[in-house]
Amino acid sequence: MLTSTLVLGLVLGGTYAMAALGLTLQYGVARIMNLAYGEFIITASFATYVLFTALNLNPVVAIALVVPAGFLMSYGIYFIVIRPLAARAKDAASLEIDSILATFGMLFLIQGLLLVSFGSNYTNYSYLNTPVEVFGVVIAANRLLAFVLAIFFGGGLYLVMTRTRWGMAMRAVATQPESAALVGLDINKTARLAFALGGALAALAGVVISMHETFTATGGVVFTMKALVVVILGGVGNLLGALVAGLLLGLIEALVSTYIDPGLTLAATYGIFLLMLLWRPTGIFGRAGSR
Amino acid sequence: MGRPVLFILTAVVFAVLAAVPLFLEAYGLGLMIGITGYVILASAWALFSGPTRYVSLATVAFFGIGAYTVAVLGDKLPYPLILVVALAIGLAVALVVGLATLRLAGVYFVVFTFGLAELIRQLITWFEVNVTGTLGRYIFLPLEARHIYWQLLALAALTLLISLWLGKSRFGLALRVIGDDEVAAAHAGINVTGTKLALFALSASIMTLVGAIQAPRWVYIEPSIVFNPTISFLTLIMALLGGPNRLLGPLCGAVPLFLLFEWLSANFPNHYSIILGLLFIAIVFLVPKGVLQLLETSLFRRKAGTPGALRKDRGIEGGHP
Repeated sequence: MLTSTLVLGLVLGGTYAMAALGLTLQYGVARIMNLAYGEFIITASFATYVLFTALNLNPVVAIALVVPAGFLMSYGIYFIVIRPLAARAKDAASLEIDSILATFGMLFLIQGLLLVSFGSNYTNYSYLNTPVEVFGVVIAANRLLAFVLAIFFGGGLYLVMTRTRWGMAMRAVATQPESAALVGLDINKTARLAFALGGALAALAGVVISMHETFTATGGVVFTMKALVVVILGGVGNLLGALVAGLLLGLIEALVSTYIDPGLTLAATYGIFLLMLLWRPTGIFGRAGSR
Repeated sequence: MGRPVLFILTAVVFAVLAAVPLFLEAYGLGLMIGITGYVILASAWALFSGPTRYVSLATVAFFGIGAYTVAVLGDKLPYPLILVVALAIGLAVALVVGLATLRLAGVYFVVFTFGLAELIRQLITWFEVNVTGTLGRYIFLPLEARHIYWQLLALAALTLLISLWLGKSRFGLALRVIGDDEVAAAHAGINVTGTKLALFALSASIMTLVGAIQAPRWVYIEPSIVFNPTISFLTLIMALLGGPNRLLGPLCGAVPLFLLFEWLSANFPNHYSIILGLLFIAIVFLVPKGVLQLLETSLFRRKAGTPGALRKDRGIEGGHP
């Protein structure tokens, strides 16, 4: 019982971690609090669903289509919506308010488009729905695949961010925007790329989620909430923090769902969030007073 | 216009509004109830979020708490006592949320309020399904539409009076200093967290009362009806359109937008959220400080820097260095 809960929790946590990686890039590097983030995830889920049912395309192959599309879509949105707001903002704080408001509007816009296109029913498709055994626990193969993909892409992104010059530029802009400009980094370009990369990761999370979960046009809000909680738990802009906090959240949800009640998982998430705000608002890996 | 003239004018307007139920049909009265409800919600939202610039997405959490309390206690307590209980619950939730988030940067508050309504909805649903075994409740209270309307009208007058008082009092001044520069406010001896908390609690209490007063209109209540996130969204967009830093700003936003949304939901029910989203983005882009301020600056361009006009550039505090 306990092993199966732990395995399921880790699998669930892998998805949360991946969903949170994109948001932590968007908020940590690009400084855009994207409240429509979950809608980007759900849009990718529906795109995968359409590709799978209409064209019979394997969801793993769909990644190659949906993720670049997510990148381009977020890049475009940055140009059309965010850049004018950034240009008129007098400082970081007023840009933050404006971007929260604009993406809140985008949330309803995308949700409305999805509702018109797909209706409000729960949607899913059957892919790799065969049982496999892991550590003596039987889970569906699609869940295991989701976990492997999450670790593969999450770990890959972490390596890119820590080992390449390009990743170092992103981290520099995330921690010290003023100094980053002094050493010749183009902050706006980096922010644009980080926002688009965040959109690509949201799309990836959407593809992976669609493999093993049911989703609805109105379900994006819950993903945004959980991703936000993970981002703050892990420390804003901290990739490793988001990975660990995501896995932790998955474990806690699985434990609460098994031993207490499945209806209380969101309450558990919020309970942790509340404790975190009271005890360590800088995140698990954050230093006191750094933010 | 002198002060007494203004006072008499306001009294006349409210007297006319109070007489409205004597002339209107049921549909018209329903519209008036809806408008008055949103005028109060938007004014209460602006009460806290206008001066402090903390974007609250939790309006419906408090509205729903009020409405659901009435549904639960409807036949168990006398009506005025139910309102008091609803008010107490709303106040308690506001204090917990405020204590946890208001001493931190504004973004934590946004994130927390973003999910608050969903959290409370799920908790109530869980409680009703597992403990009481009933999901969905009926409200049978001997209240007619006009009684609800008069109560709302009184609450609207009270909310506007509080806003007016805040604009003139030391407390209101403290709030504007906090909105302008939190560090300077703390150095000037203002209890920053305490002031924000008090105002958030006040604003949330008013929202709770709106929910409680409007609840009997539904007759049948489910958590998903009274915790509908669109209510938070509409309140926010109304306050923004009119301008949250003007006494009558939220009112000027609420009246036209409520009528527009009424028309939209009757004629374009499927495209409602799309139009809402587009309209919202348009407002953020075109009238970021509200219509009233826009009119003011274009009419009196010479009078730059009116005392009420706050600088927008010091919004949500911190988050980033």
